Amino acid sequence: MGKWEDNKAWFLVLPVFVLVAISAIIPLMTVVNYSVQDIFGPGERYFVGIEWFEEMLANKRLHDALWRQFLFSGLVLLIEIPLGVLIALAMPKRGWGVSVSLVLLALPLLIPWNVIGTIWIIFTRPDIGLLGVAINGLGVEFDHTAAPLDAWITVMLMEVWHWTPLVALLAYAGLRAIPEAYFQAARIDGASPWAVFRYIQLPKMRGVLTIAVLLRFMDSFLIYAEPFVLTGGGPGNSTTFLSIYLVKLSTAMDVGPAAAFSIIYFLIILLFSWLFYQALQNVGTGDRQ
Amino acid sequence: MTLVLEQIGKVVGGETHMADVSLELRPGSLNLLLGPTLSGKTSLMRLMAGLDRPSTGRLLLDGRDVTGLSVRKRSVAMVYQQFINYPSFTVYDNIASPLRRSGQDRAEIDRKVRAAAESLKIEPLLDRLPDELSGGQQQRTALARALVKEAELLLLDEPLVNLDYKLREELRTELQEIFRKGRSIVVYATTEPLEALMLGGSTAVLDQGRVLQNGPTIEVYHRPTSERVGQVFSDPPMNMIEGEVVDREARLGPVIHVPLSGHLGRLAPGRYRFGVRANHLFVARRNPDQIEIEATAELAEISGSETFIHAAHSGTSWVVQEEGVHSLGLGEEIRVFVEPRHIFVFDRDGGLVEAPEGATPSLAAQ
Repeated sequence: MGKWEDNKAWFLVLPVFVLVAISAIIPLMTVVNYSVQDIFGPGERYFVGIEWFEEMLANKRLHDALWRQFLFSGLVLLIEIPLGVLIALAMPKRGWGVSVSLVLLALPLLIPWNVIGTIWIIFTRPDIGLLGVAINGLGVEFDHTAAPLDAWITVMLMEVWHWTPLVALLAYAGLRAIPEAYFQAARIDGASPWAVFRYIQLPKMRGVLTIAVLLRFMDSFLIYAEPFVLTGGGPGNSTTFLSIYLVKLSTAMDVGPAAAFSIIYFLIILLFSWLFYQALQNVGTGDRQ
Repeated sequence: MTLVLEQIGKVVGGETHMADVSLELRPGSLNLLLGPTLSGKTSLMRLMAGLDRPSTGRLLLDGRDVTGLSVRKRSVAMVYQQFINYPSFTVYDNIASPLRRSGQDRAEIDRKVRAAAESLKIEPLLDRLPDELSGGQQQRTALARALVKEAELLLLDEPLVNLDYKLREELRTELQEIFRKGRSIVVYATTEPLEALMLGGSTAVLDQGRVLQNGPTIEVYHRPTSERVGQVFSDPPMNMIEGEVVDREARLGPVIHVPLSGHLGRLAPGRYRFGVRANHLFVARRNPDQIEIEATAELAEISGSETFIHAAHSGTSWVVQEEGVHSLGLGEEIRVFVEPRHIFVFDRDGGLVEAPEGATPSLAAQ
């Protein structure tokens, strides 16, 4: 008993414990609580077990949103990672160009999500938007409020514009950390630029690219503000991603199914992040020719 | 293949990095570049390799001008201070990489890789990746990769500096053996006088982009042509004191009187700068010729089995290198002994006037 009272270390851990409890554990447990009950009103609740989970897993609209989400995140990774690496490779290594390009790259990252949405709505509007008018002027019809494909293209553009800089910055940091002697050694060996990239730069960037892939996957999997601001998930359901569907459910006061959905959503992200992490850890180490 | 550097100079952005360097490097020779950090050792190696083009001067390979020839068309291998290997290749593939690029046949590559791995004792590690190796093993891999190429010019830029003391000793001995067997021109840069002495060969002393002196290592050590060479080729730097020769004796500072015996006997009257290496100063009398100097202990640094005693004497601070571990109190009065036969004499512009004669047994042992 005296041991507990004397242990002042508790006070040092307490703030973190309280913070994590309030920000993560308590909300999560609340969601778990909702997901196993049917609630009609205060004091009027019934335990339903895993019924909501079964219902959600069989839900056709959820399946659609999930596939849409995978397609979106997949495209995001396929575009942003190579593009970010290319930008990083093209960035200047010394002189005034370094700070200029860093600031320019960081700009999109400083803008709030919903503002990005608003900017791109205006930018791509077929009547007054610079891009929208320009495309339509070329004779290609482009209207993100009417055509699902156009809405997708607009959301992708937003996402790529907003987040590729993050990948580029991470890749740039990774590249700059490679000692100059590697490149000198490669020149002496007579290595081609491709060989330098493939056998020195890429393996040396593995760490930062792992982080970039994880961050971009998780973040794009949670995308909400941009499609919400742009079309609210439309036209039709074409840009209704998981989080948009989730909000539609919960605002309809279907808290039980919404809670079950949240947990499924959470587990999917956890699973895929783990898979990516494992896969990327083994890339390069299994590369024995 | 003989590589000749003819008055090589390199100017980068108005700044002279290398000036008037002339060297002749013969096949099978071991050439040391000794100089402090930023003295131009790495720049000179880059010029030799063909990574950089000299601003002035020519590089001749067996009489053929190769000044503008790119590094790819030369036969060069290089090892660096950092451990440079292809991160995603195994040790085997790392060593094989220069051979594969030159398109040799498989069996031949395999034989050479295994031979190189054997000479550097990394045979059991051939399947590992560089990340799974210790620093010493990584550098062994890099060395094997450089050796397997059988390049005409093998450049080693402080290859052992990032290894711990024991490994450094071990690898240095092995390298000497490997150098002896090879036919390449070996160029080895180092900041450490002791390493240069251990490796032997010939030494070019570099300082601020210039070659101050070039010759057989032991000769450069015993007869530094200038005070600066003496400083660079002594660790700790040579102890210096102003003095003059009058009335048949040398006066070092205000109170040290040295009789003009041996090589000092040839000195004409006048002002000089006198130098003594730290290992030629003693804190106990060894023989009757030794001259006693009153000094104050300022600091005693213990380094391995030696102690470096910093002793203040009439405004100058000298370093005494003593065998064994000594502890001295700060400000303690001590006596330092010096022998006339160990004193270097430089003129007031730093040029050598007289050097101690011949190698003493203790020097040769180093």
